Amino acid sequence: MKSLSEIDTTSKRASRAAGYSWGVAEEIGKNIRLLELFGLEGIKTLNQYYSVKDKEKFSNLNLIIENNISDKYPYCPIILGINFLDQIRTLEKFEKITFNKISFPLLLLPFLSRSSEIIGKKINLKFDKIKFLLNLNVNISSNLLDKNCPEIASNVEINIIENKDNFTEQEWKSLYKLSEETFVEETESLKQGAAGAGLTDND
Amino acid sequence: MQVQLRSPNTIMKLSRLGSFHQSKLSFLRSFLDEFKDWEYKRDLFSLDELGYGTAVYSFKKKDRIYSLVCFANKIDDGERSDRVIATKWDAAFTLHDGVPSKKDIERLRNEVPKQEVGRLSYKELTLSRANKSVRVFNHVVESLSNGYQPDLNLLEKVGYLYRTTAVYGSGKFGLADRFRIKNREEINGPFRLEMMLVYLVRQFTFDQVNHVAKSKNPKTAVELDPKICKKLGIGNSTGLGMAPFIVNHPTLLNNWIMSREIALKKIREIKKINSNEIQVFKDSLRKSIKNITSWNSESEYQKKKINSLLEDVQKFLKFIETKFNFEIDYPFNEIYLWIEEKTCNECIEYIASMMLEPFDYIVKPLVNQMSSEEDKYFTIPTDRNVEDLRNIIEKRYPDILKINFTKKENNKNFWFISKNKEEPRYADRFEETGSNLEQPLAIARDIKKLHSQLMVSKNSLTIDKFLAQNNDLRHVVRRAFIIEKFPYSEIQDNTIGKNVIPIDMLRLKLSFFGALKFDPRSDKWLRICMFQGAPLPNELKNFDQQWIYNS
Repeated sequence: MKSLSEIDTTSKRASRAAGYSWGVAEEIGKNIRLLELFGLEGIKTLNQYYSVKDKEKFSNLNLIIENNISDKYPYCPIILGINFLDQIRTLEKFEKITFNKISFPLLLLPFLSRSSEIIGKKINLKFDKIKFLLNLNVNISSNLLDKNCPEIASNVEINIIENKDNFTEQEWKSLYKLSEETFVEETESLKQGAAGAGLTDND
Repeated sequence: MQVQLRSPNTIMKLSRLGSFHQSKLSFLRSFLDEFKDWEYKRDLFSLDELGYGTAVYSFKKKDRIYSLVCFANKIDDGERSDRVIATKWDAAFTLHDGVPSKKDIERLRNEVPKQEVGRLSYKELTLSRANKSVRVFNHVVESLSNGYQPDLNLLEKVGYLYRTTAVYGSGKFGLADRFRIKNREEINGPFRLEMMLVYLVRQFTFDQVNHVAKSKNPKTAVELDPKICKKLGIGNSTGLGMAPFIVNHPTLLNNWIMSREIALKKIREIKKINSNEIQVFKDSLRKSIKNITSWNSESEYQKKKINSLLEDVQKFLKFIETKFNFEIDYPFNEIYLWIEEKTCNECIEYIASMMLEPFDYIVKPLVNQMSSEEDKYFTIPTDRNVEDLRNIIEKRYPDILKINFTKKENNKNFWFISKNKEEPRYADRFEETGSNLEQPLAIARDIKKLHSQLMVSKNSLTIDKFLAQNNDLRHVVRRAFIIEKFPYSEIQDNTIGKNVIPIDMLRLKLSFFGALKFDPRSDKWLRICMFQGAPLPNELKNFDQQWIYNS
């Protein structure tokens, strides 16, 4: 079994050899490590991408806007991901960000995962009936388990989810009521000895 | 009185870093202190009469066990090499997490002796190999087997029976990643498991030499006197593999240097010191002279440094014995100002290290601040702007911005990874091929390039937009934001210039390990000694904290 440290170093060096700057290669090393840690096929997908990178054409998107359309080629997941990560503070303002096509979308995931951590909000990625939930860089959940991620993602939608409860007020109240059964009713004498007892509140 | 921390622009110069010495903060000393109440055991010792076979040693506390698994193999004299290109060694070692099963030992027997081409598992933590100092080992066997102790002069000159040629950890060759074990309290400090491996290897070398002597002549053989054992350490041959580490781990480097600088500052700020503290300082200093006089090196460069160190330490000793009054206010501040004015870099750093000796209450809390959660500082704060970044660079890299990299002498060398051994190397870019595959270790040059680019960019431009056009500078943008928070994170020198002595970078790291007797064999590799004078495992419960000056 390869260690995550080996995965990081080798991905970084391979990315430099594939033509990225050292700074970008460092990001890719960390990302592939993250994918493998979360049980996703980072090494395999990076290999697939680098094997076609020089043969096929990809579009580099530097400034991300709400609706991004590449007329000819799918977006490069690395350049898109780097810019998404760097621009996340601006992108956070958009409710929905769309891209018409992205190649090797799995390679975009760790950038989104790290972006989610920076802004402290969950991020949803959807394309072709596939969904990923990037959860503050703590984990990635998906309906893709045991299936291969496609090489091209079409009609990609990214939603930055405002922080809110994942349950109803009624569900919370019900659980809270149960938790109250661990509390003890205070007697008058106990109340007299509690912190602050005997003092006026405006002293 | 408030003393300022010493300026990174002075301390982080290579010539100064290359003059660092071990101190109470050094990892091998902290390791012994932290493991003194662990139970030591030799669990297996199955060697043949020539000393080849398998041994297992362990440290145990409650449910936690670390086991050193040793494999001693026969190699021909012609196969023995300290160079990284070697493929066979007298002994190979791994530190196993827990108690190795028979199956584990069989697996490790196939893999550990192969070192870099073997595969370890997440159950192994560190990996190493070592070669005998054949001359010393054979002499000791010969002496002991004939019933007498070996020649102390020879032993003192070399200082060890074996020297390691690499110690690997943190996920190399399949070893456990740091993240798997980072929450273990006992190994919170840097390199604790590497120190444990070397320390247990030292004991293996004593056990092996005794075993071989006894096998040779069971009737007359005696054991190596424990007092002599204590004077022996483990040697180490180290090359450039270590140098990139301190560039690639900026926050860790900062935390090492910062801890030492904070200790020094606090000690200089003590108004009155007591007689016991004075005594510990003076005793350590006097005893340490032996570490200098027994420091042998063939290197002219190092010989000069040792001579000026010895001369200046003796001058300093005379000063504190005859002229200096420790009863004045802030005595260590006065001492520091005196050494800074009157002695060489080697001596300044030597005395600075020595000043830590009496002050456990200052040093111990700092030992816990020498690790780093490096990933926390990896992300670039891209909402900052060009003006912020330029200000950081101008404040933190003042001398580096003065270097003219269009001059050939300032751009002479490059760092690369060798294809045959995957090890860092250093070469002249105008004489060797491969500079197009240069590693990102020319930080000074790239920072200067970044600064030039910032000078022609709009102040209010945010870093995300700056990077969209300048991603070739991303690695140094990251570093600049790190140095803003971690002032000692960067070498304040040009690491590719004509006058660079790469072993200065090794010396810095090795001083934090606690190595003694730096012996440069060229400007690119050196030998050192570790754990010389250290207590033996059965003495760990109660030992002299200043053991390092007893060797």
